[in-house]
Amino acid sequence: MSEKMIMPFGPQHPVLPEPIHLSLVLQDEKVADVIPSIGFIHRGLEKLVEKKDFQEYTFVAERICGICSYIHGMGYCQAVENIMGLEVPARANFLRVIGGEFSRIHSHTLWLGLCADAFGFESLFMHTWRLREKILDLMEEITGGRVIFSHVKIGGVKSDVDALMANKILDILKELEPEFREITSIFLDNRTVRSRMSGVGALSEEEARKLGAVGPMLRASGVAYDLRTTGYAAYGQLDFEPIVEKDGDCMARCQVRIREIFQSMDLIRQAVGRLPAGPIDVPVKGNPDGEFMARLEQPRGEVVYYVKANGTKMLDRMRVRTPTFANLPPLIQVLKGSDLADVPVLILTIDPCISCTER
Amino acid sequence: MSYFKKSPWLIHYDGSSCNGCDIEVLACLTPLYDVERFGIVNTGNPKHADILLITGSVNEQNKSVIQNIYDQMPDPKVVVAVGICATSGGIFADCYNVLGGVDKLIPVDVYVPGCAARPEAIIDGVVQGLGVLEEKYKNRKERKKKVNA
Repeated sequence: MSEKMIMPFGPQHPVLPEPIHLSLVLQDEKVADVIPSIGFIHRGLEKLVEKKDFQEYTFVAERICGICSYIHGMGYCQAVENIMGLEVPARANFLRVIGGEFSRIHSHTLWLGLCADAFGFESLFMHTWRLREKILDLMEEITGGRVIFSHVKIGGVKSDVDALMANKILDILKELEPEFREITSIFLDNRTVRSRMSGVGALSEEEARKLGAVGPMLRASGVAYDLRTTGYAAYGQLDFEPIVEKDGDCMARCQVRIREIFQSMDLIRQAVGRLPAGPIDVPVKGNPDGEFMARLEQPRGEVVYYVKANGTKMLDRMRVRTPTFANLPPLIQVLKGSDLADVPVLILTIDPCISCTER
Repeated sequence: MSYFKKSPWLIHYDGSSCNGCDIEVLACLTPLYDVERFGIVNTGNPKHADILLITGSVNEQNKSVIQNIYDQMPDPKVVVAVGICATSGGIFADCYNVLGGVDKLIPVDVYVPGCAARPEAIIDGVVQGLGVLEEKYKNRKERKKKVNA
């Protein structure tokens, strides 16, 4: 048995588009321990609430992360709306569900591609991202943006979906679903993919609960925990069940995300079908006073927004607890004892979003 | 610029961006935009790279990392600042941990506007960067000639 050595991983690393630094303590080819150090993307945007007024801050909240931007904006707006006692129109809530679910599809597809890249299946990466562009085109038509949407605002949403657009959404989903089935079947059935993901990085249900895992990471370990079931926005009026897998390994996490893509498609179809008539926003009067904690389900897991207002235009405090931060302790757990060559895949299976985590 | 003898390789570093521009940089590599048809390859190794694409602004923690990557790249090299954060700090300019655009730290040759910068804009920025790179090669050749003469 050779001596232990420390190998730096990151901050600039080919497999990660974002910088995170891990010191891997190695014993031969096995990882004995992991020491993460974060802070490369820290901007300090929570403190910006003191400089930008609460309506303007929606744009900052959306830019906490460019991948789950839609749901970040939605979480912030929900918290402020609750403080102000604003009743968001039903139509706006349904439109938020449509936007949120599209952004979940885009995020999961993006993850599938990055994961394929991490285990060296580059053509699969390219084809997954080819599909993702079609989702982005549709998002652009609905909201006006490709990755940063600025669709949600305090009191409602900014643009409507008319009957023509609603039909187009349904048509495109019908067209895309077989394509998604084809691509995702490679993730599920291909021998190469299975050999890299099955049985790798298993996290038991007990460990997942103890370490506070969230989102697909938790659901892949057999815990049916999905905040959309609490019924915020219009989720209470739609039919769905949290998606759960049992194995807790990389493959299970991949399966959860794949099944969630189709679940999101189903939710969009339901929301478009039941879209109520009416206004899409309510006027905002006065300033918020009080505090509220909003919890939402992001593509990566539970996100918590805490907003404290003091009756002026500027908020007192805004705090976000992001899913990747909660998933770091489970990541360290699955990295311990793994092979060095599996480290990139393991890091990717928590779907890390560093810019959320560090803000 | 109509023709470039070498296939320029680029390296991407995320300063303190929100991910929006990073994802668009990656989208440039994928089939719809496919910069590889221009011979452009995204490499993870600064010593292989001609063009440094930076998204996001400079902060206390990543300043040494950016400087390190820049120093490791062989001359001549081009820096492309992608997105408004890399240009000036953008919406985060007032944040306490944001020092400002990338040009506070290293010389920038091309600025790509947008929040998030669109893939078309990023490709245009890289193609303009190629022009700058060619210019730098030419200048270096002339300098060598003078030294030899």
